[in-house]
Amino acid sequence: MKEELFISGRDIPNIDPFLNIWHWEIPVYLYLGGLSAGIMFFAGLFTILDKEKEMETTVKWAPFLVPVALVLGLFALFLDLKHQLFFWRLYTTIRIESPMSWGAWTLMFITPLSMVWAAVYIKELIPGWNWKINIVDQFEEFVKKNMKPLAWAMMGLAIVLGVYTGILLSAFNARPLWNTSILGPLFLVSGLSTGLAAIIWMSKSHFERKVLTKIDIALICVELFLIIHLFMGFLAGSAVSIEAAELFLGGPFTTTFWGGVVILGLIIPAILETLELAGYKVPVWIPSFLVLLGGLLFRFIMVEAGQITRFLY
Amino acid sequence: MRYGMAIDTAKCVGCSDCVVACQTENNVPIGYCRDWIVENVNGSYPNVEIELRSERCNHCENSPCVRCCPTGASHIIDGGIVMVTHNECIGCGACIQSCPYDARYSHPDGYVDKCTFCHHRLEKGQNTACVEVCPTRCLHFGDLDDPYSDVSKALKNRTWKVLAPEAGTKPQLFFLT
Ligand code: SF4
Ligand code: SF4
Repeated sequence: MKEELFISGRDIPNIDPFLNIWHWEIPVYLYLGGLSAGIMFFAGLFTILDKEKEMETTVKWAPFLVPVALVLGLFALFLDLKHQLFFWRLYTTIRIESPMSWGAWTLMFITPLSMVWAAVYIKELIPGWNWKINIVDQFEEFVKKNMKPLAWAMMGLAIVLGVYTGILLSAFNARPLWNTSILGPLFLVSGLSTGLAAIIWMSKSHFERKVLTKIDIALICVELFLIIHLFMGFLAGSAVSIEAAELFLGGPFTTTFWGGVVILGLIIPAILETLELAGYKVPVWIPSFLVLLGGLLFRFIMVEAGQITRFLY
Repeated sequence: MRYGMAIDTAKCVGCSDCVVACQTENNVPIGYCRDWIVENVNGSYPNVEIELRSERCNHCENSPCVRCCPTGASHIIDGGIVMVTHNECIGCGACIQSCPYDARYSHPDGYVDKCTFCHHRLEKGQNTACVEVCPTRCLHFGDLDDPYSDVSKALKNRTWKVLAPEAGTKPQLFFLT
């Protein structure tokens, strides 16, 4: 028998018996960050490829969601802070070693950039829109002439943001479930896929949907591949990693993860999307909805389960 | 100068005096603690071993909590003591996630709090509150770089271990076995 107990009594809120210091705010923040990264990445990509006409929703309309999602995400992060009056301290230093710090700074750049992007297309969205301020009109002219550099910046920052949502977790050595370098790419791919799902849902053009659906199927395959890799890595790892994997292989998260995230959130949408490409009629919102829901569930599970995993001693 | 503590697991009786002394000295809110006692039972009767450990922040030399803090509120001061500046902390909880020993907690006032090795007492030349009250004198504190300090002498002729060395944090708490 091996038993360990606190005989001095220790029942600190949110820490004992299991760490549970991050609640819904962090997964929502990560989700909205990934979703925004996905939309911005493809908006940038198809601008660079000169496909504004064919891929209208991707380039022009979906990016209107981004500033909203980012501001909501930042608000969720703010709600998570326990010493909120001091939140401005985030922006008085840059600490490269702290993902929380450079992530906050990335958002600081990317949010205004996404607003500029949306502002460029607002006249097309709302005919008759008028800034009424000269300087804004001039600025708009300037940005319109420089859409390509802006698109490159958006794409680059979108990748940083997408990877960041994973690195925020993977940087914690103390939580074996998170402490794997696959989490960065996995969260990036998942973010791109949720972004695509949102665009596909919004798009009215058959051509555009077809292109995006093909990309989405590929991304889902990569994601499945990364998930398998994740577990292979855990099972070949040390005792703490194996324990982390066991939470998903027979442990309390087995059904929600494999049933909810992998089957409902990845495999079924991929099958539906393939059927759609093959010419069957599938209501377009179903695979998109499943991907979006699966992505959210994935982040909730990872944040909650990760906090349970720990070093044994 | 490098502060460290040696805890004699063979002498500790688990009375929890150190826990109460710390709570009183540092105004720790009710229901929280900066140090605690773990009882580790191994085997079953009659082949049973019990180890008692008075644990607290390890003031890790390679401290993940300091690394991940976005504001610099968590920092290391002279002597290797890991401190939290309350009015720089935003309460993001990153450092709590990063500590393999669960040594930190979120204070009801919002900031993150933990053991300071009674820094305010050291400044006055006093010992930490927990060391001061321990009735079995099983806690030894001092400068690890000074061969004549209480902690160095305690470590000299004994075997010891640190907790979760595989976490790579280089803890400065040594458990005499
Ligand atoms: S024990 Fe935890 S809180 Fe203390 S220095 Fe190490 S990692 Fe930081
Ligand atoms: S909770 Fe405070 S001390 Fe901890 S990482 Fe966040 S800002 Fe730093």
